Amino acid sequence: MIYFGIGLGGIIGALLRYGLSLAIPAVSVAHFPLATWITNMMGCCALGWLSARIIHNAQIPLWIRTGLGTGVIGSFTTFSTFSVEVVRLLHADLWMPALFYLLASAWGGWLSAWLGWRMGALQKEKKAVETT
Amino acid sequence: MIAVLLVGAGGFLGAICRYIVSQRLSRIYGRFPFGTLTVNLLGSFLLGWMIGGEWPESRLLLWGTGFMGAFTTFSTFKLESVNMWTNKAYGKMGLYLGMSYTAGILLAFAGYSLAKIATMR
Repeated sequence: MIYFGIGLGGIIGALLRYGLSLAIPAVSVAHFPLATWITNMMGCCALGWLSARIIHNAQIPLWIRTGLGTGVIGSFTTFSTFSVEVVRLLHADLWMPALFYLLASAWGGWLSAWLGWRMGALQKEKKAVETT
Repeated sequence: MIAVLLVGAGGFLGAICRYIVSQRLSRIYGRFPFGTLTVNLLGSFLLGWMIGGEWPESRLLLWGTGFMGAFTTFSTFKLESVNMWTNKAYGKMGLYLGMSYTAGILLAFAGYSLAKIATMR
């Protein structure tokens, strides 16, 4: 059941990423791979939030929790495309855009994940206060 | 329509493979996220190889966008490093971030270059 949940999540995550890459024009400003960046930032925020609210919530079946986190969000975001995009920029001698993309992903992703996690944790605290 | 099938099938397989690899590796080395590191580095190399080898579009949709996209993950990688930060494991976090970015980009470059050399012959 866990494998089914993750596989199903993988289909949804990969298709969402593919759809987003078609929706966002490939010719982006200043050689910045916008589609992958937006995908990764959204996914980091969502996974941060999920980890605070859903992942440890035993009331929700495990296969759904794993399917959402590991399946959907894990497959939605991607590291391989990011690495290859950096390499492509370097190959084209676009050193500054490559560095900018790397830093924007590193810091942005970190902040997004942290922000999502804090939002989830705060909501959880609020809910706990209301019920007591 | 065929593109949706290819990306979906790749995503299905890629996500399950990532789960299997990370489960296996975290069982052996529980203290460091070797599972995520392994899938990300392996996936970077292989996607570099596919792009460098100029694979046809349908194959790229299945194995690149679908499989490698789902096999590797950015969100888990970031969340793990945020968790290291909140647990005050700063050294471990620095090592994890440094290794992922440096080796990921180097391996993507290696895959890309190797495929370019292989197709030149």
